Amino acid sequence: MSRHDAPGSQATLPPEIEDPSPFSEPWEAQAFAMVVGLHQQGVFSWSEWATALSAELKRPDAATDGSDYYECWLRALEQLLGNKQIAETGQIDAVAAAWARAAHATPHGQPILLKNDPQDANR
Amino acid sequence: MAARVRALEMILSEKGLIDPAAIDVIVDTYQNKVGPQNGARVVAKAWCDQTFADWLRSDATAAIASLGFTGRQGEHMRAVFNTPQTHNIVVCTLCSCYPWSVLGLPPVWYKSPPYRSRAVMDPRGVLEEFGVTLDKDIKIRFWDSTAELRYLVVPMRPAGSEEMSEDDLCTLVTRDSMIGTGLAELPR
Repeated sequence: MSRHDAPGSQATLPPEIEDPSPFSEPWEAQAFAMVVGLHQQGVFSWSEWATALSAELKRPDAATDGSDYYECWLRALEQLLGNKQIAETGQIDAVAAAWARAAHATPHGQPILLKNDPQDANR
Repeated sequence: MAARVRALEMILSEKGLIDPAAIDVIVDTYQNKVGPQNGARVVAKAWCDQTFADWLRSDATAAIASLGFTGRQGEHMRAVFNTPQTHNIVVCTLCSCYPWSVLGLPPVWYKSPPYRSRAVMDPRGVLEEFGVTLDKDIKIRFWDSTAELRYLVVPMRPAGSEEMSEDDLCTLVTRDSMIGTGLAELPR
């Protein structure tokens, strides 16, 4: 019997993803690489990172199959950057919202640029 | 999520803390260049070369680095050898610390809460889910990875592989056998 055949229960291990890529969406790879890059720059130590990530993974609302692993990863990164006063949540929210508006306003096939945000004051 | 990651990337690169080109290199490295083939090389070499095996046992960080596989988080490596009496299994109960330089990025199940808790409480049950049934006399030892110390399981060399070259032996060493949730494959 392989673990794929195991009866479904909360404690069952999640099945292996068939995709050999360790990331299911590009943003996961970007978020992963940013943490590795920031650590290489000495912004935080790897134990600091492990502690921050662990805190997010242990939240009671974390998915039991690990499917939100990179969401936890990203929250841990935001938390750590906030604590170090490098980037505040409000600032990330604002840039992310501008980015989403710009993406919406950009015709399909064109590169998305932040200046395409219809609410951009610098337009 | 994608917009938040773009936003962070923009904020951090404006502050000079990350270089988007370097981020792309890191993604490419972990997606395409590092993976269990690195660990398989370490294990196959240890099977063929007793001096290397002894070095791996006493100073895994240096022995593994001698093959060109070095960690980027400054972590130390320890190799744990399976024997006829003891089977080793690796877990990270804290988060998902994993020997990236030799195994690439961890599989989904390694990061999941059930594996992280059950590998400690019920390692035999976990192994059975992976299709590995060990004799009751075999002791199972679990190793809890940390940010500073990560483990590589050296599975036992399978019977019938005595004549095989190091390159051919690499094909028998699966990722799971180096985490301890599997055994090395038998030669065909």
